Amino acid sequence: MITTDRRSRRDSLQGAGRAGAPPATTLADTRDGFVRRATVSTILKTRVAGGVIYREAGQFKTTYGADQAVFPVAQDRVVVAAAVVAAFVVPPLVASDYWLQAVLIPFLVYALAAIGLNLLTGYAGQLSLGTGGFMAVGAYSAFKLATAFPHLNILVVFVLSGLVAAAVGLFFGIPSLRIKGFYLAVATLASQFFLVWLFNKVAWFTNYASSGTITAPDRTLFGVVITGPNSTAAARYLLALGLVAVFAVIAKNLVRGRVGRAWMAIRDRDIAAEIIGVRPLRTKLLAFGISSFYCGVAGAGLVFLYLGSAETLAFDISISFLVLFILGSFLGAAFIVLMPIVLANAPHAIGLRLPVALQKQIELMVFGGLIIFFLIVEPRGLARLWQITKEKLRLWPFPH
Amino acid sequence: MVDLLYAVGVAPFKDMAGAPAFLIEVLIGGIFAGLMYSLVALGFVLIFKASGVFNFAQGVMVLFAALTLVGLLERGAPVVVALALTTVVMVALAFAIERLVLRPLVNQAHIILFMATIGLNFFLEGFGEMLWGANVKKLDIGIPDRSFIVRGVQINQLELTAAVTAAVLVTLLAVFFQRTRIGRALRAVADDHEAALSIGVPLKTIWIVVWSVAGVVAIVAGLMWGAKSGVQFSLSLIALKALPVLILGGFESVPGAIVGGLIIGVGEKLGEVYWGPLVGGAIENWFAYVLALTVLLARPQGLFGEKIIERV
Repeated sequence: MITTDRRSRRDSLQGAGRAGAPPATTLADTRDGFVRRATVSTILKTRVAGGVIYREAGQFKTTYGADQAVFPVAQDRVVVAAAVVAAFVVPPLVASDYWLQAVLIPFLVYALAAIGLNLLTGYAGQLSLGTGGFMAVGAYSAFKLATAFPHLNILVVFVLSGLVAAAVGLFFGIPSLRIKGFYLAVATLASQFFLVWLFNKVAWFTNYASSGTITAPDRTLFGVVITGPNSTAAARYLLALGLVAVFAVIAKNLVRGRVGRAWMAIRDRDIAAEIIGVRPLRTKLLAFGISSFYCGVAGAGLVFLYLGSAETLAFDISISFLVLFILGSFLGAAFIVLMPIVLANAPHAIGLRLPVALQKQIELMVFGGLIIFFLIVEPRGLARLWQITKEKLRLWPFPH
Repeated sequence: MVDLLYAVGVAPFKDMAGAPAFLIEVLIGGIFAGLMYSLVALGFVLIFKASGVFNFAQGVMVLFAALTLVGLLERGAPVVVALALTTVVMVALAFAIERLVLRPLVNQAHIILFMATIGLNFFLEGFGEMLWGANVKKLDIGIPDRSFIVRGVQINQLELTAAVTAAVLVTLLAVFFQRTRIGRALRAVADDHEAALSIGVPLKTIWIVVWSVAGVVAIVAGLMWGAKSGVQFSLSLIALKALPVLILGGFESVPGAIVGGLIIGVGEKLGEVYWGPLVGGAIENWFAYVLALTVLLARPQGLFGEKIIERV
């Protein structure tokens, strides 16, 4: 009796929480149905008030295809296409090697891992702290594959290492069928610690290197050296960007289709989802598998495109947290990559000379403080900010 | 294959039977280590019970408390004064956390609060080291770290003290929760936030109280761990060791934290001593997790957690 009361209390609490704010599992709030409904109402509004630049009025959709498009609004298509083209063309021409190497490449790599974690945590609602471990699987399998089969195309290596990570992710996802919430989060730490230990312990994974590090070999793609010590930062940047672009499109299409709907159903209430015919076993494992695939490719990218060589230390628990923060902070991956650089250089910029240790400590404090600050200001992160911007743009330059 | 089965399934037990005194020593070591984990896990449980927050910063709170204590002792404060001041600091910390982190995030999803505590984790780490310095410090609380021998079994005096302290602390907490007015309010909040609010239990005060109590528990844990292994950054990593204890015992259960700690401590020591060499050792980082996971597959809410009743 008491337990049932407790349960109903919890339900009502959750209900209250939802009434106040959308469930925060929608870290990336892209429930298409919701957004589309909002669009319809705003279209009506814009017809009356009339935004100037971001104007959807008059864009009639006459086919189902047009209605279901990823970017149903013409302006969105133009902006996104322009941004993608710019991302491919501008940085290799303009940015210095330092910017490519220290900022843009890690940004892309972390973004890819965050896309993967978002599929699992944001869409399927399974909190995972094992990202670092799955990235390690990707990195080490990429290294083994690339060194064992030197003539294998590097793209094939990346995809294969992603598949290996997916298989490992499937295995470590099995507990999720029974364990939920924070219990699962802690359980995923098991994969994190076990995998890192394994790669540290078994010398076969590093090809018996005495230093215990794996180093990306030189590999070419279309005749250009694209990984390894002899590759240019621009080439690696382009490969990373290509990977992110392709996999982002795939992820977007996954989540707006049948699979994504099943994930969101499981996330919002798994028992209800099961009753309407979503199979939890398949759905959850699929989420773990696909998410780990993304993390695996990101891990391979971390070593092959960013670090060049790495030890298991590069994949410890803090990387899991970093990727998790990307989902939570409204600057996304840019925050995680830029923050340390800004913090490291800020004291110099304002002419302050701090002892190294003190600076490190202040960095930690500011980093932690900012995470809390971002969570307080906008707990739903980057996606929500994007939504707000769009709504504002719809009306601009009119106030209402 | 037979060799492998023998090495995994028979040889370790033969070793155990062959040297019973050593086995008992390992078991006692495991029990003590487990109680030390329990001390950290207790802090987690208190906060989770009363506010549903999964406080990842508990490990750093232990470090912070230990750093403060050592810092005060180094500046010549007597032990009692230092302890009192550290308590004041931890209570002040609870106030600050409630005001600056929890209150603005009220009614947010659990994962948001969890991420906030990871942020808090980073902040406190930097803050503690900035205040008191990052070098390894010795914490001398007057209990010698030496062993005496009872019937051929070595017993470490410091670990024994820690075990007794843990037992006393748990008893005190149990009395506090069961017999005092505030304790009753805490249980009411843990049971039902809304009902507690509606009968006039002040939620803010309760949160401050529970974070303060967790802070005091952190002082005790920091005291014991600091005396054992010195006060340094790695102290905050014991949070990661306490997590399997937590899921094994159940997030909401104080006895669970103790029993979970004992199981993990003993299991870990046995695994390390008897099975560890088979895979090249250093398994302590993940063995506890696997152990906890095995139990969790049978009981998803941990051994003592509230039964999870699922409905639509």
